Amino acid sequence: MSEIREVIIKTDKLATDKYQVNMGPQHPSTHGVLRLLVTLEGEKVLNVQPHSGYIHSGIEKMCEAISYPQIIHLTDRMDYLSAHMNNEAVALCVENALQVEVPDRVKYIRTIMDELARLASHQLWWCVFGMDLGALTTFFYGLRDREHILDIFEETCGARMTVSYSTPGGLMFDIHPNFQKRVKDFIKYFRTKLPEYDKLLSGNVILRERTEGIGHLSYKDAIDFGVTGPSGRASGFSCDVRKHNPYSAYPFVKFNEILDHRCDTLARYEVRILEMYESLNIIEQLIDNIPEGDYAVKMKGVLKLPEGEFYQRVETARGEFGVFIVSDGKKNPYRVKFRSPGFSNLFALNNMTKGHKIADLVAIMSTLDLIIPDIDR
Amino acid sequence: MDIYNFTTLTHNIHTGLAQSFAPWLATTIEWVIVGVAYLLFVALFGLFLVYAERKVCAAFQQRLGPMRVGKWGLLQTIADFIKLLMKELIMPRKADWFLYNLAPFIVIIASFLAIAALPFAPGLQSMDFDIGVFYLTAVSSVGVIGILLAGWSSNNKYSLIGAMRSGAQILSYELSVSLSLLTMVVFAGTMQFSAIVEGQRDAWFIFSGHIPAIIAFVVFLIAGTAETNRGPFDLAEAESELVAGFHTEYSGIKFAMFFLAEYINLFIISAVAATVFLGGWMPLHFGNLESFNHVMDFIPPVIWFFGKVLFVIFVIMWFKWTFPRLRVDQILTLEWKYLLPINLVNILLMALVVLTKFHF
Repeated sequence: MSEIREVIIKTDKLATDKYQVNMGPQHPSTHGVLRLLVTLEGEKVLNVQPHSGYIHSGIEKMCEAISYPQIIHLTDRMDYLSAHMNNEAVALCVENALQVEVPDRVKYIRTIMDELARLASHQLWWCVFGMDLGALTTFFYGLRDREHILDIFEETCGARMTVSYSTPGGLMFDIHPNFQKRVKDFIKYFRTKLPEYDKLLSGNVILRERTEGIGHLSYKDAIDFGVTGPSGRASGFSCDVRKHNPYSAYPFVKFNEILDHRCDTLARYEVRILEMYESLNIIEQLIDNIPEGDYAVKMKGVLKLPEGEFYQRVETARGEFGVFIVSDGKKNPYRVKFRSPGFSNLFALNNMTKGHKIADLVAIMSTLDLIIPDIDR
Repeated sequence: MDIYNFTTLTHNIHTGLAQSFAPWLATTIEWVIVGVAYLLFVALFGLFLVYAERKVCAAFQQRLGPMRVGKWGLLQTIADFIKLLMKELIMPRKADWFLYNLAPFIVIIASFLAIAALPFAPGLQSMDFDIGVFYLTAVSSVGVIGILLAGWSSNNKYSLIGAMRSGAQILSYELSVSLSLLTMVVFAGTMQFSAIVEGQRDAWFIFSGHIPAIIAFVVFLIAGTAETNRGPFDLAEAESELVAGFHTEYSGIKFAMFFLAEYINLFIISAVAATVFLGGWMPLHFGNLESFNHVMDFIPPVIWFFGKVLFVIFVIMWFKWTFPRLRVDQILTLEWKYLLPINLVNILLMALVVLTKFHF
């Protein structure tokens, strides 16, 4: 007691202290097993130190022991919401290495699937973002619409999330006869539902207050940290691989890269909402024009890449995803490295949250749209 | 309508007991009867509110809510409650044993004390004294001590942050609740709940007090929601930030007590809103429409009271399932920079309205 009194007398005010809180690995807002060591002063966040690796599954190492078509199935498990984009990255990388040109039909279908996956991912992000801010109803609105996309996936790919649909040389199987009709139905349906998202959350004054000017990530920092995807574009960093390094059917379609220069949480929110509209536009341009033809090129039974290093990047729902394969000419790669967007985005968190409140930390983390297996791999 | 008046019934019970037993025994029996009645009411109404909340929230979220246990899931909350009763009580290792166990009782006792002053129907009120409004605001603020103790004694940083948030929030919003009630006290000219209800025989205060009364009602709803720690002001137990806030470390029946207290507080806030602004158990009367007023009189006061309470509860639930949560600094800004000045001006306005007799 006398000690406390002494401190009070000395500092002339109540003594305060910094303290540390472990957010995670089991915490509702980290959406998985991410651990953040947060240093706080009262409610103020002083430092955030992410500790990843709690669900590290050694995918890169496993790739060294299996053949190229088998790698596809592991990539599903990394960023499970952008499963199809991950598949495609590996498929494109192997195709480029073997110098195989896939038919246009494959390119179109891949692109449509990419955009459907992006929509599904952004929908789930929207649900969870609302929930992180305390608006629990968004969760059910988003999942309601996402269900339609997953049904389309299920019909064509046989799986709802881990689709494993793209494979070196084309696709696993042709699209389901209902595919085009269902996708068109979905676009029509979702065009009526997307404005509901704005009505329920975007225009809400509390949401605006909570997000405007919070979590500033400057243009320079976005580039320095390698923050890509919608989070990077919200800082004005033009980083859309679909635009700058087009692959599959992206050269054939017209779409805008959504850029925002406000750099805050609200900007990241709005970029994602607008991207959903763009995804719908892209699918609309492609869905009626899927060319006839084969759904895959006839490939050899055992794929052997020529000796060398190969890199392919694609745009997933979270940002730039890269596959780097070092081959020594055998049927399995010598070394595989995945450049996952979540990993780079996560480490910008400390920079963005300094001086904000705990509640802002949760909101900022949510707009980075982190998928933990994508970070840990 | 006199047949709906409970005064005779309670009076008969009292005289019956007084004639059959010694005075001290009669009083004790009366206490027990009243206590059991309140306990039963709180337990049953709490269960009902949990069920209602789940159904209302399900309706907002395009779901069905509980449907499996019993018809339309009616028995779901009872099953849940039995589950909570049977759960193991886990206490964190370095928790303060005494305070940790005391906290849920303080929270629930505060709720019980507050509920005692509410008039449910003519004659159906256990404590009708002349400082009813004052008493209610006083005892309802005791609950925050329980929340602070729970957060402090749990030996968990999340709990502590939740408790501190809750303390800051409830202490601030206490002002708005009291001041908006004070506005209506100025209008009614009394602090006695039964007299306040009686004063609304011709027109409910929200109609007769027009602009200042409506402002006070809106402020009261906002501040009341904040007082009960419900969304969008549920900072104290912000799930996505603090896991479960101050009651993170509580399990089983102790958790159930916090849970029940939250719903009783919801009921109290709604009941006060209904009593002070919407006429309590008074039927809806319109000036000279004799036949209409007569028909309204046939609906029992208890139904009027609970109808209004449930309406207010529905509105508060509506907030919760629609809005995102505010941040802790925003919540204090809202109170100190907006609600409090509005309230002070509103009292002045109400005083002017009363002085100039510019009301209905």
